Amino acid sequence: MTTTERIPAAGTARPEFEREPIDASGIGNVERPLPLFERFYRNDVVQRTAIILLLIVIWEAYARWLDYALLFPTFTETVRVAFVDRAELWLRIAATMRALLIGYTAGLAVAAVFTTLAVASDFGARFLSTLTAMFNPLPAIALLPLALIWFGLGTPSLVFVIIHSVLWAVALNTLTGFRAVPETLRMSGRNLGLKGVRYVVLILVPAAFPSILAGLKIGWAFAWRTLIAAELVFGASSRSGGLGWYIFAARSELDTARVFAGLLAVIVIGLLVEAVIFRTIESRTVKLWGMQR
Amino acid sequence: MSNGKKNEMSGSGRSLLEVSGVTLQYKTAHHLVTAAYKVDFSVEEAERYVILGPSGCGKSTLLKAVGGFMPPVEGSIRIRGREVTEPGPDRMMVFQEFEQLMPWKTVLQNVLFPMKVTRKFSGEEARKRARAAIDKVKLTPFLGVYPHMLSGGMKMRVAIARAMALEPDILLMDEPFAALDAITRRTMQQELLTLWNQLHFTMLFVTHSIEEAMIVGSRILILSPHPGRVRAELNTGAFDFNNMDDPEFGAMAKRIHGLLFDTQAKEPEPVTA
Ligand SMILES: Nc1ncnc2c1ncn2[C@@H]1O[C@H](COP(=O)(O)OP(=O)(O)OP(=O)(O)O)[C@@H](O)[C@H]1O
Ligand SMILES: [Mg+2]
Repeated sequence: MTTTERIPAAGTARPEFEREPIDASGIGNVERPLPLFERFYRNDVVQRTAIILLLIVIWEAYARWLDYALLFPTFTETVRVAFVDRAELWLRIAATMRALLIGYTAGLAVAAVFTTLAVASDFGARFLSTLTAMFNPLPAIALLPLALIWFGLGTPSLVFVIIHSVLWAVALNTLTGFRAVPETLRMSGRNLGLKGVRYVVLILVPAAFPSILAGLKIGWAFAWRTLIAAELVFGASSRSGGLGWYIFAARSELDTARVFAGLLAVIVIGLLVEAVIFRTIESRTVKLWGMQR
Repeated sequence: MSNGKKNEMSGSGRSLLEVSGVTLQYKTAHHLVTAAYKVDFSVEEAERYVILGPSGCGKSTLLKAVGGFMPPVEGSIRIRGREVTEPGPDRMMVFQEFEQLMPWKTVLQNVLFPMKVTRKFSGEEARKRARAAIDKVKLTPFLGVYPHMLSGGMKMRVAIARAMALEPDILLMDEPFAALDAITRRTMQQELLTLWNQLHFTMLFVTHSIEEAMIVGSRILILSPHPGRVRAELNTGAFDFNNMDDPEFGAMAKRIHGLLFDTQAKEPEPVTA
């Protein structure tokens, strides 16, 4: 038995044809807007807002059902207290943001110096990766006692721990990003005679921007966490205390609604930075350039 | 002879690029790979010099060495008598790979960028040149588009426009048309020749297509299989689109084919571990 008899002869069964391509003139120039409902439903902001609203409703419902304000105040009560306290809250937020901005900027500056050294020489790269391996796993809070000894109570200590929490994440991510820049892109930069700082700024930084941005985000999250925690530990200097101090003080008075108001402020600020600042940067850079989905 | 514009003499008799006894090696973690071995050639001003050879014979490596990206382990590379030591905008390179464009710049910005950073052209003139170059590669509708929205062939055309707009001393092109479809490829070859007829720039062009080498080039360097050694140097200035069907064209193609694929050129490989 052979199997050949079961295979049809090639080229006989299917007829050939030629034809004019069908008319497609209507497809390129007519932009069809999506139905209003679909656009609304697909909108990211709309969906996120809906999720947050849902969480608020669950909070409110649970707190009412529990009916025990000392343990779990309602959303409306929390917002009311925050509104009553708004003058103090704004002050606290301002104090916190001031320390944060100083620390974050200083951390970025130090990270920039370290990564520049790391790009410039192999020794610099090894220096940075060793330092990162040593200090990145060290929780910033663990450095707080040391900071208190060195700088005393106040902003300098806060700035010190924030620098620590920002620096390593940003430096590590930036260096990783630089290393991943395609060789051809590097060569086409060097082809133009770009060297040194100009090469780093005009080629490496934008090419590594997705990693750098990821580093900035992680750095921000670390810094914000560390800062609030550090302020909680501080206690004493209530005049200049930030949000963490506000929460701490409310707890010692067993004023749960104010504790909640403070926490809510921490969450809202975190959400705003992520959803407004970083998302805007992302959609104007890495998403626009097709470097990130 | 046919009436093709291309039949003007190319090459001025003055040598622009001098490559003598160049050996190029890659050091990897475990091996020393010799990509080109004692290669000699020289390119004259206004010549369309083509390097032809089988895949992996070291064509890209040679071009990178001329670009200044890779120092030769022996021999020397000179441009106008000066030793090549580092990359520079006098030798604009069109790389074989697609990711040579800056993803964070639009097509227009990508073409403008070299003119701006080298300060060779500026302001309105740079803008005009960039638009003209983009128009030549037929990408005007895509001026404001970012590279990730272009096809491979379109990216290649932007890279070509970018290199040509800068008007370097010598254009180094590494298989610039390999990613293009047959029709676009033909158009681009024609465009390149037309442009050459206007500007008489010098170019060093790498390809592995015999036909393309004969049409684009005025002189062809044929390299042996890996590691690349000089096999032959031929004059092909007489061939162009108009005489592709002539018997001479076929005979020359056959001759090149023979030079590329014969076995007698085999030598003990100077690849060392
Ligand atoms: N970065 C590298 N490290 C080590 N070896 C390399 C490297 N790049 C190329 N080679 C080797 O050098 C030799 C020549 O490579 P090259 O890229 O110059 O070939 P080519 O002639 O351009 O080939 P193709 O026509 O396929 O592009 C090959 O054997 C290759 O394996
Ligand atoms: Mg190659």
